[in-house]
Amino acid sequence: MSRDSTKKVLSVALLLCLVCSVLVSSAAVLLSERQERNKIEEKRKNILQAAGLYKQGEPIADLYAQIAPRIVDLQSGWFSDRFDPVTFDSRAAAKDPTLNQEIPAPLDLADIKRRSLYKEVYLVLESGQLQQLILPVHGKGLWSTMYGFISLADDLTTVRGFSFYEHGETPGLGGEIDNPNWKNQWQGKRIYGENGELRIEVAKGTVDKNDPNAVYKADGLAGSTLTARGVDNLLKYWLGEDGYQPFLERLQQQGLEP
Amino acid sequence: MSKAKDVLLDPIFNKNPIGLQILGICSALAVTSKLETVLVMCLAVTFVLAGSNVSVSLIRRQVPDSIRIIVEITIIATLVIIVDQFLKAYAFGVSKQLSVFVGLIITNCIVLGRAEAFAMKNSPGMSLLDGIGNGLGYSIVLLLVGFFRELFGAGKLLGFTILPSINDGGWYLPNGLMLLPPSAFFIIGLLIWALRSWKTEQVEEEN
Repeated sequence: MSRDSTKKVLSVALLLCLVCSVLVSSAAVLLSERQERNKIEEKRKNILQAAGLYKQGEPIADLYAQIAPRIVDLQSGWFSDRFDPVTFDSRAAAKDPTLNQEIPAPLDLADIKRRSLYKEVYLVLESGQLQQLILPVHGKGLWSTMYGFISLADDLTTVRGFSFYEHGETPGLGGEIDNPNWKNQWQGKRIYGENGELRIEVAKGTVDKNDPNAVYKADGLAGSTLTARGVDNLLKYWLGEDGYQPFLERLQQQGLEP
Repeated sequence: MSKAKDVLLDPIFNKNPIGLQILGICSALAVTSKLETVLVMCLAVTFVLAGSNVSVSLIRRQVPDSIRIIVEITIIATLVIIVDQFLKAYAFGVSKQLSVFVGLIITNCIVLGRAEAFAMKNSPGMSLLDGIGNGLGYSIVLLLVGFFRELFGAGKLLGFTILPSINDGGWYLPNGLMLLPPSAFFIIGLLIWALRSWKTEQVEEEN
């Protein structure tokens, strides 16, 4: 059989495809359990970091034990039991036509076009009492969609922590949203004013410490106006009336038990 | 024996895939802002190069000419996917940083170049050496680029602070350009200049 006959071509191609597909699929199947575990650990680590509860070297499973995930229905502004909060993925849901909704352009401050109708939130509980509430937020920066968690204290207006776990902003400039110094300044900032109005903002440049409104303002990022504006926008969207604000107000009034 | 030595060591300085042939530049720009990602990338590329060279060489007498390139690419893609799966399972943090660039090893011209130019014509043993040698040649350039970029861009090496930066209360003002891909172009350019001043036979003749 000559090397270039049709039969030879077909048999070599078929054999090669068989061998390669067996190799690829066995690698994928054998390693998938570990990969899934990594993904869950990574997400849990991000949640713990936003809450300031992450400690290097301690098993994530132990630290995570005090966190209770719940699903919030953004339209009703209250908890929902429609999905299992452990497995629900709002990022996947945002792409599912039965679970997402289009955000009308004038309201779409965070520039995300569509959102999931349900979001997973994380309660940090201590003997049944709410200590912190961790909310997932995301929105467009300069180059990328930035995904993060913001953690609120039990008064539901004071920030306990804020960090992004995924973004593609310019390293050294917008990427400084990962800088611990910048992240730490969020602690103690207040989101809502005396009358419940949304006041948090990312300032241009450094916030003057003597400014009476300094508690509502976070430092901007030098050299990355657009990334800082993206952070400002996504906070205003997610913590505003179309985001978690109705839920937070109801939670404030009713407490955890309805 | 000296031929084997040449096959293994030549690609490091004499026939460096990046320095002389200017192949595989894309990943050299994309993943070199930190040494940690560079190390993993180098290991991955070297493994794929060695693996694809050996596999291609083993079946070189069976492969019909007309589907030669497809066969090579299929083998390379298989190896790359396996590497990607392993990284996701055992080096999750780094694999997240490398993101698509592990997958893009498939299109790294060095890998296909060596399969086509060397492995199709040589024995599996020689092809293995050639793959490892070219992997080393690629690695040495990437390591140098990564070294300069992380040191001057972040004041760190492998995550350890060498030059304490102003943001962390030190004295060093990091050079932001070093963290951006164009800086790798400058460094590779300077490396090629240095290499060709040392080995003048690599200088191309002017027309």
